[in-house]
Amino acid sequence: MSTPLERGVETLKAQVDARVESYFSSCTGCGVCAEACLFYLESGDPRYTPIYKTEPLRKVWKNEHTVWGKLAAGMGLSKPITENDLSDWEELVYDGCSMCSRCSMVCPVGIDIAYLIRKVKEGLAAAGFVPEGLQIAGERALQFGSPMGLTEKSLRNAIAALEKEEGVSIPIDVEGAEYLCMLSSAEVVMYSEYITALSKIFSAAGISWTLSSKYFEATNTGVQKGDSGLARQLLERLVDVATELKIKTLISPECGHAYTTFRWDGPNILGREFPFKVVHILELLDQLRADGKLKISGSFDERLTYHDPCNICRRGGVLAQPRHLLNQFAPNFVEMDECGEMNWCCGGGGGVSSNERAEPLRLKVFDIKKRQLDALNVSTLVTSCSNCRTMLEEGLEHNEMEDIEVIGLTELLADHLE
Amino acid sequence: MFEQLVDGILWDIALVVFFVGIIWRIIDVLRRGKRQDLSVPRNSGVPGAIMANIRGFFPRREIAPRVRMKVIAGYMFHVGLLILLFFAAPHIKFIEEHITGFGWTAMPYWAFLVSAQVAFAGLILLWIHRLLHPVTQLISRRDDHIGAILVFLVMLTGCMALAEISSELRVFHRFTVELLMIYFPFSALMHAIMFVPSRAYSGAMFGRRGVDL
Ligand code: SF4
Ligand code: SF4
Repeated sequence: MSTPLERGVETLKAQVDARVESYFSSCTGCGVCAEACLFYLESGDPRYTPIYKTEPLRKVWKNEHTVWGKLAAGMGLSKPITENDLSDWEELVYDGCSMCSRCSMVCPVGIDIAYLIRKVKEGLAAAGFVPEGLQIAGERALQFGSPMGLTEKSLRNAIAALEKEEGVSIPIDVEGAEYLCMLSSAEVVMYSEYITALSKIFSAAGISWTLSSKYFEATNTGVQKGDSGLARQLLERLVDVATELKIKTLISPECGHAYTTFRWDGPNILGREFPFKVVHILELLDQLRADGKLKISGSFDERLTYHDPCNICRRGGVLAQPRHLLNQFAPNFVEMDECGEMNWCCGGGGGVSSNERAEPLRLKVFDIKKRQLDALNVSTLVTSCSNCRTMLEEGLEHNEMEDIEVIGLTELLADHLE
Repeated sequence: MFEQLVDGILWDIALVVFFVGIIWRIIDVLRRGKRQDLSVPRNSGVPGAIMANIRGFFPRREIAPRVRMKVIAGYMFHVGLLILLFFAAPHIKFIEEHITGFGWTAMPYWAFLVSAQVAFAGLILLWIHRLLHPVTQLISRRDDHIGAILVFLVMLTGCMALAEISSELRVFHRFTVELLMIYFPFSALMHAIMFVPSRAYSGAMFGRRGVDL
């Protein structure tokens, strides 16, 4: 029986691939990555330097894969990873990194630092160094299918209530529908306007769609935690559901990491291509617009800006679509100074939002977003990720800026249908 | 005796270690392979890999003001060093005699002095920054300092040798170069080669997703 520390170290060793080898061999220690990281910039603490967060993996790489490391090991001089190291890095990686990938965009030698941090999480998770909130969310996701503990019954109740109150029709478990809409629990519990909006838009566009009652949750706590076993389990059942329902396209909801998980990482996590297409809801809406199936009427005249969720824009590539859509009906849409692929994170990605311990730091790093918003003087902040939405609302409340309303793009669009 | 060693066997060893070491490091990366990406790409990864290698030479607009000093000093050092390496008259002569069999036009002496000063200024600025800035202080390793010291010694002895202060200095310059060549493949100096696959890997990944790195 190996100890948790041994499991962690072994898992880190298994993470070394060609990219890791190339990346660590390239790092010059220039520190440029720090200048792109909201956690370093807002805290001023050099320990939040992105590449420093990968130190446990670098140590393993150095000890196992470099001449000096092997030499030192042979002479009994190498410094092995300790429990203290893992405990220190648990805080740095889970509290002080939202996996936003901004650092990866600026490294002069091209290191995808977020890729390395994700691998560090694998080692920490294997050794049991995971914040309590994320641990619990993972257990709930496995047991109930939702990190918030929502069950099939709660979904059905929420849908029935929406159909009654909003007078919309929301199909569930329709076999052979063209589109399967995944949801995040937040969209069922807090932002059900999103589901209503889907119904209105799809009915106007004449689209056949369905929800799944069995597994509807798009978020993947395994990915946030860095536990690829859990990520695989959660993903596998969603793919099974989509396959059983014989849908053609899976729609990833207004959630950042769900999109990168389904669209980009999922097939690699499962080791096979999906038998259906994956699109983000904004991609579909923009396609409907381009096909003339989305008739917009009226305009939203408030001054508004758009917050790009990191996993949808920078790591997802959905950059132009929200802008095309907003430009249809929002004449006073203005951009933040750094947006699109160089946006600033809300601070709550990568599982930080599920980690209560990280809240003070998260609210501190929100100052960047606050300054961006202060400079624009907007009354509405549009986004396309329910996690970002919650983080933005909390950040605005913390800074007494509740006069800015936060709203999802799908919902805003549905309000401007012909 | 020392001169014979430096001009003879040590040079041969340095040359072999340098080239075999670099090739071995590159093979070490490539042999690990990269799992095929099973996601359906939005674009091909190839242009992304190429463009990332080109764009990487310029800092992004959003970050440029914060890293101006590092970029300027970095360019001063690297460009100055490359000019010295390939256009200083003794280097061309050496390369012609020992490696290529042909030479090219050398830069004038004044240009050598300017390049050397620019490269020195860049290296010293980067080094001071490394020692004083809290971030670089924290993430710099012994290897980074050894590499910087070796390069500094190579440049210093090279300038002194060219100024012909004494004939031993030429030998000493070659000796420091040989040390640097032996150290290079096993150190962070390998960034001079490995930045290409690193930018390519990341550029291809982002490129497939439709994002310009
Ligand atoms: S910017 Fe890149 S090369 Fe520089 S310290 Fe960070 S990871 Fe290393
Ligand atoms: S991914 Fe984002 S939060 Fe994490 S280290 Fe990089 S810049 Fe900082």
